[in-house]
Amino acid sequence: MSGLRRLLARRLLLGAAQTAAVVLLVFALTEALPGDAAVALAGDRPDPARIAAIRASMGLDRPAVERLADWAAGLAHGGLGTSLASGRPVSTYISDGFGPTLLLAALTLALLVPLGVGLGVLAARHAGRWADRLVSSVTLGLYAVPEFACGVLLSTVFAIRLGWLPPTAVGYGADLAAHPAVLVLPVLVLLARPVCTLARLVRAGMIDALASPYVAQARRYGIGGARIRYAHALPAAVTPAAQQLARTVDWLLSGVIVVEALFVIPGLGTVLINAVAERDLPVVQGLAVVFGVLTVVLNTGADLVARRLAPRAEVAA
Amino acid sequence: MNDTPDHRFPGLGRRGFLAVSGAAGLGALALTGCGAGTDTTAGGKGDGKPQRGGRLRAAFAGGGASETLDPHLSNLFADVARAKALFDKLADYGSDLSAEPRLASGWESNAGLDRWTVRLRKAAFHDGKPVTGKDVLYSYRRIADPKKAFRAKASLEPIDLKASRAVDERTVEFVLKRPTAEFPNILATFGAYIVPEGAEEFDEQPVGSGPFRFVSFAPGRSAVFRRNPDYWEGAPHLDELEIVVANEESARINALLGGQVEYAHELNPTTGRAHEGRGRIEIVRLSNSAMQSFAMKTDRKPFDDPRVREAFFLIADRKELVAGALSGAGEIGNDLFGKGYEYYADGLPQREQDLGRAKALLKKAGAEDLTVTLDTSPVAAGFTEAASIFRDQAAEAGVEVRVKSGSKDSYWRDILDGGTICSYRSGAMPIEAHFSQRLLTGSTTNATHWRHKDFDALYQQAQSTRDKKARGAVYRRMQRRLHAEGGFLVWGFADWILGTARNVRGVETDAPANSLDWARFDKVWLA
Repeated sequence: MSGLRRLLARRLLLGAAQTAAVVLLVFALTEALPGDAAVALAGDRPDPARIAAIRASMGLDRPAVERLADWAAGLAHGGLGTSLASGRPVSTYISDGFGPTLLLAALTLALLVPLGVGLGVLAARHAGRWADRLVSSVTLGLYAVPEFACGVLLSTVFAIRLGWLPPTAVGYGADLAAHPAVLVLPVLVLLARPVCTLARLVRAGMIDALASPYVAQARRYGIGGARIRYAHALPAAVTPAAQQLARTVDWLLSGVIVVEALFVIPGLGTVLINAVAERDLPVVQGLAVVFGVLTVVLNTGADLVARRLAPRAEVAA
Repeated sequence: MNDTPDHRFPGLGRRGFLAVSGAAGLGALALTGCGAGTDTTAGGKGDGKPQRGGRLRAAFAGGGASETLDPHLSNLFADVARAKALFDKLADYGSDLSAEPRLASGWESNAGLDRWTVRLRKAAFHDGKPVTGKDVLYSYRRIADPKKAFRAKASLEPIDLKASRAVDERTVEFVLKRPTAEFPNILATFGAYIVPEGAEEFDEQPVGSGPFRFVSFAPGRSAVFRRNPDYWEGAPHLDELEIVVANEESARINALLGGQVEYAHELNPTTGRAHEGRGRIEIVRLSNSAMQSFAMKTDRKPFDDPRVREAFFLIADRKELVAGALSGAGEIGNDLFGKGYEYYADGLPQREQDLGRAKALLKKAGAEDLTVTLDTSPVAAGFTEAASIFRDQAAEAGVEVRVKSGSKDSYWRDILDGGTICSYRSGAMPIEAHFSQRLLTGSTTNATHWRHKDFDALYQQAQSTRDKKARGAVYRRMQRRLHAEGGFLVWGFADWILGTARNVRGVETDAPANSLDWARFDKVWLA
């Protein structure tokens, strides 16, 4: 157990360093973009005197390093700073956007795991036969459809033509959980591609595992087919899938920008897009911290799961 | 979408008054009381008798979590739609962009046109306090605060706010720094809303004098307002108005088709065509809403030579540009701003493509085998399309145009002083404001670098001319010059396209985006 604790400590330390690096990089990249928050705010009235006044009022006339240092000092006291564009605390931006994003991600994940694993196992069990071919070709085809196209298609058919579901989440505010119907289409779009990846990974892993010496050995002991599949082959097959899953969750939590825009869901992706367009550095940095921490936690979690499922693979820390 | 701000237009029913009030402010007295009776005229479509009640949801592209209800910070169309629900200006723009009294009941000037007396109508804020001259001066001083950067600051510049004073509760005397015959345009300027004296905070419980009162606001999501039964112009027909934000055009049209909103602002021309006349929704086209042009820098090579500018005017095939870049949703332009607006010089011959003459002019100017870089950006609909169409047209005249696409977040700043030719557009504003903001030596956003002392002098002459006809003649002179050798190659005017549910009535169609009757939800009702 102490080995596990050491691994965990190492991973978390590394993660903190990675998050700091991400924040620095984001700061540098945003600074490198043409224009700053004052220019973005001035919009089509780029009167130089006006831009200078906005810049001064935002404190953007100070050197970049100084601004970054101030922000980092604030972070040490637990604050993410305030938005340049509105003067509101960055934490409210994140907390407002987090709910809808988390809800979407949780729902997607809850359906993704059984669906992806189930399809993968089904295909592996019937490897080479029609069920496998059907699953394999459908997942391949579906994977090729970008989210935007998928979303437009689904809402045209199910919301506009058939009228079964609301086309967008307009007017429901952040309280999406109270209106489950609005979540159906976004979750379907979010599911489409990850299900394909996961199913294909599990299928490949299962086929490998079923052909492995230890499964052959288990068979020789006369262990039943179902038990071999689910107790022996599946854990090995799920190991790579767990890491893929962590990446998917990360992707979901970073706010799937296209889906949020299409269905008007006010999540973190929307916050990010607007903040970059407004060159609102404190908000962008705040999001970078949140995403960085999430990524580290999720990947560490996935590694631990993989370690538990397939200890011999000894995941590199 | 943040690019076009200066206008508003009032109801057609009041046009008659405009002609009078526009003429140096003589007509002010007649205006009081004309508002209440206009309900039936606001509906552009013979919509019948307005019905009371209901809730209308309107979808706009918005500004995300940084949005505010501070009316002086208005920048986007969504901001203005919210601001005009809660607040009023002293004046606003009619469909021809002439200023029409709103909170002001009238105005008159001294003989020198540098001292204006504005009388306020009897109106009250939502908390019951009357709108007074002190509120007006507070609002304008807030906008003009040198430490702040409110958008309307530059437009209020002619007013000497230190010397201006409230004569009594409902009379304000404005002292100007120089004669300004178009002073009413300043009162109607984009973002010049009247807020109660001392107001600084607008996101919690904003108090205005507008047709709707505040209920709730979630930045980037939704703003809910309810009917102000005591509105000075008569209470709105709707009980409630909700302005929701949906940045993706497909989301706005889908929400409308799916019955989630009753009004969708800013649709693409192709969307408009797909749904026009199909009976599911109504498509409304607001013509003359956005000038589309290429801006040439007249102070540098190759466009410092008027012959090269004229050659470029002659290269443009305007019909092709409107058909291609605007999908046909618009009209061709004649290298002048403000088609259909007051003082527009519509007597000038329509410029047509003439490649032969263009080539001859380029040759004379020693600019054969010319190569220019055209700056553009996806910042506005049709920009990149227009740029590539123009590139092909120029190739036929032997000019190589290299299209360079820049960042859309900093585009307007980047093209203000950089480059030689760029995509440019403008929303509706009075022709006079277009001159003062963009074409004078001291203009703050002079993208064509058009700086001519004699042109400045003509502008000042117009501002010192009390007689409207004589003033119009000066404006025409200025436009003739711009038509001949200006820096704006104005190839078209885009329609602004809205979609409404079939039960929505009273949406004014003769109302360029940002005019008074545009997004005017107090005149709308549900059948």
